[in-house]
Amino acid sequence: MSNDLRIAVLGAGHVGPVIARAAVEAGYPVTLAASGDPQRIALIAQILAPGAEPRWAADAIANADVVVLAIPIHKFAAFDPALVSGKLVVDVMNYWPPIDGMQAMFEDRQCGSSEIVQYRLAESTVVKTLNHMGYHELDEERRLAGSPERRSLGVAADEPHAVDIVADVIERIGFDTVRLEGLRAGRLLEPGGPVFGASLRRPEFERAIRAEAA
Amino acid sequence: MTTEPSEPFPLSFGLDTFGDVTHDDEDRPLSHAQTIRDLVEQGVLADQVGIDFFGIGEHHTDDFPLSAADVVLAAIAARTNRIHVGSAVTVLSSDDPVRVFQRYSTLDAVSGGRAEVILGRGSSIDSFPLFGYDLADYEDLFEEKTNLFAELLKGSPVNWHGKTRPSLHDQDVVPHPESGTFPVWIGVGGSPQSVIRAAHYGFSLMLAIIGGSPARFAPFSQLFRQALESFGRAALPVGVHSPGHVAATDEQARAEFWPRYREVITRFSKIRGFAIPTEDSFMHEIGQHGALHVGSPETVAQKIAQTLTSLGANRFDLKFGMGGLSQQALMTNIELYGTEVVPRVRELLA
Repeated sequence: MSNDLRIAVLGAGHVGPVIARAAVEAGYPVTLAASGDPQRIALIAQILAPGAEPRWAADAIANADVVVLAIPIHKFAAFDPALVSGKLVVDVMNYWPPIDGMQAMFEDRQCGSSEIVQYRLAESTVVKTLNHMGYHELDEERRLAGSPERRSLGVAADEPHAVDIVADVIERIGFDTVRLEGLRAGRLLEPGGPVFGASLRRPEFERAIRAEAA
Repeated sequence: MTTEPSEPFPLSFGLDTFGDVTHDDEDRPLSHAQTIRDLVEQGVLADQVGIDFFGIGEHHTDDFPLSAADVVLAAIAARTNRIHVGSAVTVLSSDDPVRVFQRYSTLDAVSGGRAEVILGRGSSIDSFPLFGYDLADYEDLFEEKTNLFAELLKGSPVNWHGKTRPSLHDQDVVPHPESGTFPVWIGVGGSPQSVIRAAHYGFSLMLAIIGGSPARFAPFSQLFRQALESFGRAALPVGVHSPGHVAATDEQARAEFWPRYREVITRFSKIRGFAIPTEDSFMHEIGQHGALHVGSPETVAQKIAQTLTSLGANRFDLKFGMGGLSQQALMTNIELYGTEVVPRVRELLA
């Protein structure tokens, strides 16, 4: 994929601007949207993710190839699936009741949160990644390919082609990728899982995942 | 509208505590009551060694039994006459802003105008279930209650209408602060929207930096200054709250702090999703690119000076204490902070 892939980041909280900045610095055209008037996030974009354009959400999504969903998970129930119909959606959200409170939609512990997001966004292709590393580390630990310091991010989706596209973005942003087969396997990336909150190089990451899956 | 950076604010230095339960000589946890009495002594010592602010963070757990910070602060105020006393933070989302205002304007009266309030959601969330709030509502609660708090600070009569508490119609809310108001900060952990909110209401910004490089927060100071300007407001102070521990030498500070830090953070990692600290990660955090201010007075002073400079901040609050440390270690920490660290930082930044 070329760097012409257009990325829309939804969410101007802790995580959204960090991802937007990383994507801008990797050379992608990036838009940033929150709920409401882009004027309200213009300063946030200008200072925290210079180069990312603040837009209305619908406008940002319509003109994007990849939509990064970095909204608070409790806002997801009110998120209109039609907005991202036909889009490739990167789900950065985590379901972590001790921090965000209980959400009825995500209480089915048989399914991972991204499986539930995919079920609800039936007309979109959902990829789970960028959720398990702290936003400090996402910002500070980006490294060029080949650096011995380079950290790994897991990427999970049901559609291999979608994993390819998103893994390429993650690699360009500055992380190695470890592919997981299917959103179901993406549960390994969730809170309480072996790589959540950790910042691991590829061999450590693969070991942690294997140990848990075994 | 001002476009020039304003006059720099004077440097000031505080101590914050969550009231972590201290242990006795045989490493047994002391009672909540003794921990609270010890805390009063810590506040009094902080005043004696010249520290500018003593803050207590609201918590509701067995490890941190400080649910009524303002009562403890009033006790400290009664035995001191110089140090400012305040919350760090008040979990406004699960409190009634009218009561918060009343308690802190009372503290302001008791202390002769030395009360401050740092408002926050609080990174610890025990108060939500305790008082019947849904965590999923925290943003809406914080937004609306901050709005009410700002109205209360404008003075009585107060008119306000919202969803989270009964409306106020020409309500006189007492006691009236003697000098009309008292300093209010918003504690921000990493949400740029909270920075904008602080600027919108004209509250000062307190950056809570508990992990990673303090310099990473520099854009937040810039965001705050530009947001104030865009709202047509004058410049306001920027502060930093970071954890640490001071002892006579680097080795001693590390030896005292590290086992307690590992224990506390490991316990929290299960509920909060933090990574479990390793000796490597600890050494990184106390180094140049980390958030922990741990070491000898010289080491900590150098680091604070660097933190304040990189953020363009004028206030530094050291979050001292860590569950299990002894009262003696905490008193030494306070004394060294006041008598050696603070004067040295002032010298470095002069």
